[in-house]
Amino acid sequence: MEMFVLSFTIFILALFVGVELINKVPPTLHTPLMSGTNAISGVVIVGAIISAGSTDLSPNVAGALGFVAVTLASINIVAGFLVTDRMLNMFKRKG
Amino acid sequence: MFALINFSYLAAAVCFILGIKGMTKPSTAVRGNQLAAVGMLIAVIAALLHKEIINYATIIAGMLLGAAIGVWLARRTAMTQMPELVASLNGVGGAASVTVATSTWLHALNTDNLGSTGWTVAILVSIVIGAVTLSGSLVAVLKLHGTIGDSGRNRAWQAVALLTLIAVVGGSALFATGTGVQPLVLAALAGLCLLLGIGLVQPIGGADMPVVVALLNAYSGLAGAATGFVLDNQGLIITGSLVGASGLILTAVMCKAMNRSLPNVLFGGAFGQSGSGAKAQDEGDFYAGKVKYATADDLALLLDSARKVVMVPGYGLAVAQAQHAVKELASQLESRGASVSYAIHPVAGRMPGHMNVLLAEAEIPYDQLKDMDAINPELPQADVVIVLGANDVVNPAAAEEPSSPIYGMPILNVHKAKTVVVVKRSLSPGFAGIPNSLFIKENSLMLKGDAKDVLQATTRAIKDL
Repeated sequence: MEMFVLSFTIFILALFVGVELINKVPPTLHTPLMSGTNAISGVVIVGAIISAGSTDLSPNVAGALGFVAVTLASINIVAGFLVTDRMLNMFKRKG
Repeated sequence: MFALINFSYLAAAVCFILGIKGMTKPSTAVRGNQLAAVGMLIAVIAALLHKEIINYATIIAGMLLGAAIGVWLARRTAMTQMPELVASLNGVGGAASVTVATSTWLHALNTDNLGSTGWTVAILVSIVIGAVTLSGSLVAVLKLHGTIGDSGRNRAWQAVALLTLIAVVGGSALFATGTGVQPLVLAALAGLCLLLGIGLVQPIGGADMPVVVALLNAYSGLAGAATGFVLDNQGLIITGSLVGASGLILTAVMCKAMNRSLPNVLFGGAFGQSGSGAKAQDEGDFYAGKVKYATADDLALLLDSARKVVMVPGYGLAVAQAQHAVKELASQLESRGASVSYAIHPVAGRMPGHMNVLLAEAEIPYDQLKDMDAINPELPQADVVIVLGANDVVNPAAAEEPSSPIYGMPILNVHKAKTVVVVKRSLSPGFAGIPNSLFIKENSLMLKGDAKDVLQATTRAIKDL
């Protein structure tokens, strides 16, 4: 239970950090911000990797779901970062 | 080893925070994004070092498959389709949270190692938010794409949402208390949440999709944070709440720009439903004889003597694929010594900041892109304002007529400029379904036609002057 309270504290504090930080992002960059945070939310791949890797090769539902999770999270990460990079490079060049 | 892995997650979270900090300026944004990607690499490597992992084949296969799909998506998506891509990625993120939580729970069940109540609740939250995000995003994508229109049976869908919500609460209680055949309860719960997501998004109008996409962005983050609780992984929790905060702020920005509250957007708006039929009849009277029409040559003459020109792009501009035509005209004007800037209303595109991306794609320098608060004080000094495919966001009724349904909505005060030229196909109303009093103002001219054709004709006329 103590772990939960600690985690929850971190969750709330991080929300405040997020609000402070994101309020400073100019409206011009809101679309790349969204695709960038999309990529970042792909960090659930950590859980996916542990799920997919902790079953041995005998197939079961949990392992299969783990595989699906790794695939989905990878899509999020790769597509998110690449498309954000593509957009931001358009903002970088001047006139 | 355990401590090292956890420190790596913290390092990844710090990279994400610094990465987003980089996004506060266009000049540092590319580096910021790269830094965030480095953070992700650290997190992935740390995850691979967990001692529970005995089988790398599945992981590598999943990563390769996902990466290939990701590269394909990122390469082939046109900038106009960015809202669809972001909405799809929200859905994918939600689905990832659902599968991670389900898989983790099944593992725990198989090894008879189920966690505390807090852990069970975290599993539930991951699955509920994740599944709602998945199906809600799917509906949002289809609506953005125009595959499904706005349904006439909003009440029915809202009833579906309400009923499934009750069922989800009941199912969650069953699951948390451990009654019934648990895997079946969980599967049924996931199914109900998918239905809930559809029921929640389906009644929302296509015009409100930007808000929905931003909100689902927040959900996908919160689902990730819940997964962090499941895995007792603080790095994940920090990241999830960052993304959640980002989505919530963008949702608030969009709501403010449309002068609507979030509940109003989500559960039935003032627009659309309130007898637009009656209004259509007076529209002829409203405009009758009061609209002054101009030609591309007139516009060229006006622009020839203008020192300060402001373009107001709306989504109609992107639909007409006219961004490059705007840029061409702007370059022509600049070479004649005029200053050109672009006034961008927060809801100009189909998602927050979308119009900026579309203009940046046409190589328009970002320092000429001005947001509403920055450009409004400058507009009275503008010699010519050209409104391109924007409508409701330049309707002075929002500022002047308390009886108007859009009264109070923040607008671009283009009517205060010396001359306003509205380039538009017809006098048809915008999303709000009301006539625009800008079109009958003393200082406004109407130029009927496709934005791209008009701009190109104007550019040619200026060159010939």
